[in-house]
Amino acid sequence: MTDTLTDASPLSFEEALEKFDPVLGFEVHVELNTKTKMFSSAPNAFGDEPNTNVNEVCLGLPGTLPVVNGKAVEYAVKLGLALNCEIAEYCRFARKQYFYPDTPKNWQTSQYDEPIAFDGYLDIELDDGEIFRVEIERAHMEEDAGKLTHAGTSGRIQGADYSLVDYNRSGIPLVEIVTKPIVGAGARAPELARAYVSAVRDIVKGLDISDAKMERGNVRCDANVSMMPKGTTTFGTRSETKNVNSLRAVEHAVSFEMRRHAGVLAAGGTIVQETRHWQEGTRTTSSGRPKSDADDYRYFPEPDLVPIVTTAAWVEELRSQLPEPPADRKRRLLAAWGFSEQEFRDVVAAGLLDEIDETVAAGVSPSVARKWWMGEISRLANARDLEPAALGVEPATISALNALIEEGRINDKIARQVLEHVVAGEGTPEEIVTARGLEVVSDDSGALTAAVEKAMAENPDVVEKIAAGKLKAIGALIGPVMKETRGQADAGKVREIVLAKLGIEG
Amino acid sequence: MSTHTHELIRLTAAEMAAKLCAGEITSVALTQAHLDRIAAVDGGERGINAFLHVATEEALRTAAEVDAIRAGGGAEAEALHPLAGVPIAVKDLIVTEGQPTTAGSKMLDGWMSPYDATVVTKLRAAKLPILGKTNLDEFAMGSSTEHSAYGETRNPWDVTRIPGGSGGGSAAAVAAFEAPLALGTDTGGSIRQPGAMTGTVGGKPTYGAVSRYGAIAMASSLDQIGPVARTTEDAALLHELIAGHDPKDSTSLTGEVPALAEIVRGADVAGLRVGVIKQLQGEGYQEGVLARFHEALDVLRAAGAEIVEVDCPSFDYALGAYYLIMPSEASSNLAKFDGVRYGTRVLPEDGALTIERVMGSTRAAGFGDEVKRRIILGTYALSAGYYDAYYGSAQKVRTLIQQDFDAAFEKADVLISPTSPTVAFPLGENDDDPLAMYLNDVATIPANLAGIPGLSVPGGLSEGLPVGIQFLAPIREDARVYRAGAALEKLLTKDAEPLWAQAPELAETSEAAAHPAGK
Repeated sequence: MTDTLTDASPLSFEEALEKFDPVLGFEVHVELNTKTKMFSSAPNAFGDEPNTNVNEVCLGLPGTLPVVNGKAVEYAVKLGLALNCEIAEYCRFARKQYFYPDTPKNWQTSQYDEPIAFDGYLDIELDDGEIFRVEIERAHMEEDAGKLTHAGTSGRIQGADYSLVDYNRSGIPLVEIVTKPIVGAGARAPELARAYVSAVRDIVKGLDISDAKMERGNVRCDANVSMMPKGTTTFGTRSETKNVNSLRAVEHAVSFEMRRHAGVLAAGGTIVQETRHWQEGTRTTSSGRPKSDADDYRYFPEPDLVPIVTTAAWVEELRSQLPEPPADRKRRLLAAWGFSEQEFRDVVAAGLLDEIDETVAAGVSPSVARKWWMGEISRLANARDLEPAALGVEPATISALNALIEEGRINDKIARQVLEHVVAGEGTPEEIVTARGLEVVSDDSGALTAAVEKAMAENPDVVEKIAAGKLKAIGALIGPVMKETRGQADAGKVREIVLAKLGIEG
Repeated sequence: MSTHTHELIRLTAAEMAAKLCAGEITSVALTQAHLDRIAAVDGGERGINAFLHVATEEALRTAAEVDAIRAGGGAEAEALHPLAGVPIAVKDLIVTEGQPTTAGSKMLDGWMSPYDATVVTKLRAAKLPILGKTNLDEFAMGSSTEHSAYGETRNPWDVTRIPGGSGGGSAAAVAAFEAPLALGTDTGGSIRQPGAMTGTVGGKPTYGAVSRYGAIAMASSLDQIGPVARTTEDAALLHELIAGHDPKDSTSLTGEVPALAEIVRGADVAGLRVGVIKQLQGEGYQEGVLARFHEALDVLRAAGAEIVEVDCPSFDYALGAYYLIMPSEASSNLAKFDGVRYGTRVLPEDGALTIERVMGSTRAAGFGDEVKRRIILGTYALSAGYYDAYYGSAQKVRTLIQQDFDAAFEKADVLISPTSPTVAFPLGENDDDPLAMYLNDVATIPANLAGIPGLSVPGGLSEGLPVGIQFLAPIREDARVYRAGAALEKLLTKDAEPLWAQAPELAETSEAAAHPAGK
């Protein structure tokens, strides 16, 4: 960019909003979790050796023909319904043609003017509970491209020493969700951006049609931003920040682009219509390639595929299978569990809604379920660099642990140890408590009384204080007793014995 | 060449099959006879050059397998396909594992497909020894087989003339007794027009009747694989073998494959309404071609057929529509040939080795002129701003042509026309005039645009060269073209030798000299 005006410094967020109103638009790509690819029988799997999940079809070898994955169509219809879209009774695939080595046929099989779903909306709940409606223009089916790795300093195909292509991802089914221009979000635009992508992620997760892991690219967001002078209604030139792959990044990218556009426009410059790359390190965007509305992909209907026809009966059957919308479910659970707004938000942010819901269903109270998942289980998971859900703790395990506590057979501290043994694969809580002899020391054999007597004898000053009515001092005896019983004493029981010994009424 | 060989290769495929079944000959002998014939007439300066690759070992191995099974008798021998052991040639547009596939292009020089086309899988399952791969215009683009990157194929009736195209290799191989059967592909006439030029039978099945999986696509909505043979019975037998639904081809039809060979054997035209297409005769058609055509009509009428005239006014736009749709789809289908993953890669002579420049220099060097002409035409026709005027309008013409056919088939059971307006023209004649070349397909193209079946059968000679007669029928009514074609064949050979048996004896061009390297 030689034009200094296009490089003007970004304004502060507040200054930007004093002068301009943002207009947003999102293209979210969702990778579907079908067993096989969109048009071939090669496996749809993540993380395997490069170029192993491929066959002649997704490699686009001469003579090959595509066959539509029926499951992917079903998933796309479900997603369309969850986005409150109309479902096309008849639609076709089209070839989007461009030469790029990650696309083995040099065209992407996509949908052009006949998307499978269109004209929907999503009500997005912002942090303070305000609802913002985002209109959905369309959701269409297409195939993913392969993955390029560029060797050399540039990290891009231009100037690379060489580039490697992995076609494992080539042909994985995608649904691209395109919003209509979003006007009126104002200062809440970045927050709305995050909340929108988060809502889409929750929906596809709830439908179980995608693994929905943004860090793996299962859900990818291209964020379009433009700014128009306050009081005007003509949209400004937009930029498209590609592949922003975390909720936080979406929020920051929108915020940065708003500030950058405002800076350029306020300085009298013009915004270049282009793609931008999100730079996580500096939380800024950098210039990509120029993109005009006249990019000519020479779309034409894919002649190797027959049109997709959806019957009303089938669409209604799929509609009847839709789970409760994530937003409705959250409202219901918040009311049912009685958490504070903050507690609930933390649970959602930690991604533990499902786990707590299931644990409550297993008979544990919501607050206890929350305490386990947000506390000890998260801590153990963190230490192992895992998601809490990946630790393998079943709702039944928590239910069992909780029962042992309530029966007074173990205390909280022991329960945490038992959990660790469960995670280590030693068996059920019951089995571990028995095998390791972790049950609270009852006083059947007088062992607890003996330990208390020993502690009292060794701490005459404490005993004196208690006798003088300072009952809080009992705490100072608990430690030694626990030490003596290897932690297996019930603190309540210790207190009872001490008071009884001193003849004080508890 | 021994007398025995001479006789063996002149049998029809059906006769070969019967002799194999009766144990009178072995498949190894039969296959070897054809390999010998190929060695004798295909190579050298004036050789036919029908084959780009000869698979001697593989063909003999399959033949020996069939012989062993037959010798063993029992259920396994019983279960053999009727054509088991009858050798076949495959157009080099159809991919074959273990044999190179070039599509007649430098772009795929040395490329080996890691998978078989569905039709090839069927040939292997039925144990037809595959003799090799036949020559074609590059990526099937042409009507003369002069546009092959591996040299032109010569017409066995006159080696200074073209054998038609794009499937000139398959047609010439069958006409020259190098193979009793061959597979072709027909996008605008590439099976039927070479059939006409070489005095053989060429069938284009209903679009979707035969799986396209493994046929390197030129124009996806027009391409169709079909049989090449010397008789309608042989074509019908091969058609039956390769037809049927294929889950790997979304455009492939479901439903029963008709018993075509049976229909051929009992064919007669009594009461059959045969429609003469007003637009496919007259101006542009050689006198000799029209003379044979009218004789055919007379013979059919005499045999009880009712000859009616049908009007297909939109056919005047067929060639124009075809030359927009075909290059549009071809420009897209050929985009994958970029040197990145397989085939030829040509680096730019100087300057930076960017991906765009490597793709560009590969395509510049790898494609021939006719291919480039069609890619440019198609890219233009699909461009934003031109799409509606070109591709869009052409699709509307296509609909009109389908409607013309619908109306014509109200009045007639089958339609008839000369297959090609001319007999085989001299090699090189149309080198500088692509339009003249395109005009050669004027009668065959409408069937592709409408997806209907067509069959070309020999209709006699003009100036000593074969003339083809084409029959057309509605979608899924392939049986009708075989019925009419077989009846005409029967009528024309009642008192005369079949045309294919009248071909001049070929000089042995290369018996001593082995095939050039790469064959």
